[in-house]
Amino acid sequence: MVAVSMEAAPARVRRQAEAGDRRGRARLAMLMLLVLLAVTSVASLGTGASGTSLWAALGRVLTGQEIGAREALILFDIRLPRLVTGLLVGAALAVSGAVMQGLFRNPLADPGLVGISSGAGLGAILAIVLGGLLPLAVQQALSYWLLPAAAFLGGWVTTLLLYRLSTRNGRTSVAVMLLGGIALGALVGAVQGILVYKADDAQLRDLTFWGLGSVAGATWSKVLIAGPLIVLTLAATPFLARALNALALGEAPAAHLGIPVQRMKNIAILAVAGATGASVAITGGIGFIGIVVPHLLRLAIGPDHRYLLPNAALLGATLLIVADMISRSVIAPAELPIGIVTAVLGGPFFLWILLRNRSLLDM
Amino acid sequence: MLRATDIEVSLSRNRILRRVCFEARAGEVSAIVGPNGSGKTTLLRAMTQEVPFTGSVTLEGADISALPGWQLAARRAVLPQHSRIAFPFTVQEIVRLGMTASATPPPPTRAAEALERVGLGGFAGRLYNELSGGEQQRVQLARVLTQVWEPVGPDGPRWLFLDEPVSSLDIGHQLEVMEIMRDFAARGGGVVAVMHDLNLTAMFADAVTMLAGGGRLAHGAPADVFTDATLSRAYGCALRVNTAPPAPATFLLPQSAALPAATPTRI
Repeated sequence: MVAVSMEAAPARVRRQAEAGDRRGRARLAMLMLLVLLAVTSVASLGTGASGTSLWAALGRVLTGQEIGAREALILFDIRLPRLVTGLLVGAALAVSGAVMQGLFRNPLADPGLVGISSGAGLGAILAIVLGGLLPLAVQQALSYWLLPAAAFLGGWVTTLLLYRLSTRNGRTSVAVMLLGGIALGALVGAVQGILVYKADDAQLRDLTFWGLGSVAGATWSKVLIAGPLIVLTLAATPFLARALNALALGEAPAAHLGIPVQRMKNIAILAVAGATGASVAITGGIGFIGIVVPHLLRLAIGPDHRYLLPNAALLGATLLIVADMISRSVIAPAELPIGIVTAVLGGPFFLWILLRNRSLLDM
Repeated sequence: MLRATDIEVSLSRNRILRRVCFEARAGEVSAIVGPNGSGKTTLLRAMTQEVPFTGSVTLEGADISALPGWQLAARRAVLPQHSRIAFPFTVQEIVRLGMTASATPPPPTRAAEALERVGLGGFAGRLYNELSGGEQQRVQLARVLTQVWEPVGPDGPRWLFLDEPVSSLDIGHQLEVMEIMRDFAARGGGVVAVMHDLNLTAMFADAVTMLAGGGRLAHGAPADVFTDATLSRAYGCALRVNTAPPAPATFLLPQSAALPAATPTRI
């Protein structure tokens, strides 16, 4: 047997203390992604069907000249809210994907895939079609908040249901999770169909929008409705990071490390539902960001959630802004719904992840 | 002192443990042995609150169900039997998870020291999922060791609960891990281990609790528990206890009618 002498070790131990530690790399990645996000944001502000140039407008502001009302409108009331929506929703989708994967201990979990987005969408649809049936006082009290609140509730109930369904004795069955997601998706589709029959013309236009997913209709009022919920849930996730790391070992080992597992799971489910629900409320279902972003980051900086979550927020925001720029320029001056762009980019990528992780499906 | 009193565990109407009592002292290695299905792992999991149970478990007189999780985490660490991890953590990252609960930041070399301790120096940068089962088991042991690095803390002795810590290891690493357990106990900590290998148990344990059919069959020093009669009753086969020179070490010799009468060679 190999005798281990602690005294003879220090030099070797010191060398090994750094091995396998990816925190430096993760911090560097965060810095690079921050720069990338800034560059992309500026580029996005300068891109659009009207041909309005950000630089020309900026040049005029800097030289003390007035900018035209049309330019100001395009920059501040069309492109800027759209950019902010992209930022918020991209970050929310990527972070809720990462949190959900941590919670289910599986890299294939994603709010879009397993029906949480559908559940949130159902909540939103119910609010659009049946919101008018609520007592007037309730309608007035909730006003603009009805839609995101309903989407959040829909997402929350779906997440809870899914977690209860797929987790037994602290083990999560991916098969049950995915099949449960399909069942929920079908159920949502059916209810949606019924509602489409009952909807009037204006409601129908709103409903079609959920199926496609788009940031085109972004306005400041929508940003103000969903923004706080997204910012709140994003702000909560850093407190989940250590717990999610411990949870990777399993529920019992996480508890033995002093993690209040049940409370942490409740918060994680609320955070996922909040971020997903708020995103769905303002942009409809945009797929694949939640699965592609965390996966890419795990390859680059490892799965430590303390770094994965903030990096996911940055990369998710960047990716959604880029996808939006693509959706605006491919068939300009018309635009493609962004959900189509993310699906075209994300679908093949997801298949690749699936092939790499086939063994995990049997867990 | 760890004391478990009248532990009963039922899983889907089957009673796995029937009013089992268990005691372990700090400074000793206490082993739980017994045939398959006797309830060894269930007893450990009840004492670490992983399964619902009736009865009581106290640590230095304090009821563990009344202690908050972070306080328990500072006083006891638990090594599970299997650990599969879905994400590509490095060995270093896994071992550092053991220090999640520590109130003061441990020295940056702690994880590497723990890996040296379990014979995995040089593995820190490897991906956990790419290691063999035995290596993964030792990485988990290193993680658990960082959680209770000093066997005696400010509020008394610390405890290691180990579920079959040597089951997937070769004989060299089995000895290494058993020595780690002995060392932890010798420096004042408490060790409770579910053991499969009776010879290693006889060599390294100070106290043995033998379970059979969900009840406690015997309890005491290895020499008292490991008798031909008790063992044969527990395991339902013929076993003979022997001692070997130079220091009289107890070892067991399985007896089988399928073999010729001559004494088989034993390594």
